[in-house]
Amino acid sequence: MAHEDSSLSPQERHAAHVKKIWKVAGILAIATIIEFVFAFTLPIEDFKFLRIWIFILLTIVKAFYIVAEFMHLKGEVKSLMWSVLLPMIFIVWLLVAMLVEGATIFDIRF
Amino acid sequence: MANESTVQTSSTTALNPNQTGSIWGGGESPMKAEYGKLMMWFFLLSDALTFSAFLIAYGVARYSYPAYEGAAADFVYNPDAYWPIPEKVYNAIPFFHGLDAPLIFVGLMTFILILSSVTMVLAVEAGNTDALDPDTKQAEVQKWMLWTIFGGIIFLSCQAWEWAHFIEGTEQFMTGITADTFFGANLTQNQYGPPLFAAFFFFITGFHGMHVLSGVVLNIILFYNTVMGTYRKRGHYLMVEKIGLYWHFVDLVWVFVFTFFYLV
Repeated sequence: MAHEDSSLSPQERHAAHVKKIWKVAGILAIATIIEFVFAFTLPIEDFKFLRIWIFILLTIVKAFYIVAEFMHLKGEVKSLMWSVLLPMIFIVWLLVAMLVEGATIFDIRF
Repeated sequence: MANESTVQTSSTTALNPNQTGSIWGGGESPMKAEYGKLMMWFFLLSDALTFSAFLIAYGVARYSYPAYEGAAADFVYNPDAYWPIPEKVYNAIPFFHGLDAPLIFVGLMTFILILSSVTMVLAVEAGNTDALDPDTKQAEVQKWMLWTIFGGIIFLSCQAWEWAHFIEGTEQFMTGITADTFFGANLTQNQYGPPLFAAFFFFITGFHGMHVLSGVVLNIILFYNTVMGTYRKRGHYLMVEKIGLYWHFVDLVWVFVFTFFYLV
């Protein structure tokens, strides 16, 4: 935790960390509640794609807070951070490739 | 490449770490993380690839079947016509038979898992801080570990109920029930949608549940060691941080499973 203000006493730093943890917990809870509100108020037959994009966006927000704050990846050395994050490119590639594949299977079958 | 010359010198004097100019020259940890923690990160990376493969495969399967196009209120189960919509499949909560409560129970499970992740990070923080004396520190880690284990067990129990309900089946949203109507689900047949639908449910939530179960076992070992004073004698609570990473990852995976399996 070397990136922090060193003028704070250990007690103050501890208190600040605990406060931050509960703040992030609140953000995660609110994001989940918003997902629920949209799941119930936007009818699936009218807002199919808007719903999907809202859900994906909020999932990424939640994933960011869990990885950056709870797993503390934000506080790690940059080389560690990027060696964990960059291989995720393969997932994006697989996702795009397989969804195209799925659409093609659909066209052939139906 | 400002320090090219120092890097070159370091390759000739690599045996003496004190004379190297590069942090990669040896003698120190370039990533400033302990070996076990680093390996935990890379294990989680590989695990993330596995879970992504599962979820993406689900995406392909769902994409290659017709989607239900009508209004949610008119939905009926029809395994041959379309992929079912999750808010009608996962609409049950314990003790309220026949009530249509879409996604309420899954939402509750999500909250429980997020909360147990919060208590875990509080345990990690208590173990890492230098603001507490050894007695308070041990007591704090014990307290938060116990809450984490509690949350994990509640989550697993909820999932057991969810599986039981899914396998057993329901008469809701079914039309034309006859003597040989198939209720519930197994790996080859299910009442909700195409056979793949139930197979993915079992594999994805089962694989995640297996991770939660392992996490609870690890947390119990962690709690035992904390109570026995193992980490106190060792002088650091790094093991709590490492297992904590795993536990947060399990929560992270659930966030994705929740979105792509239950919401979308």
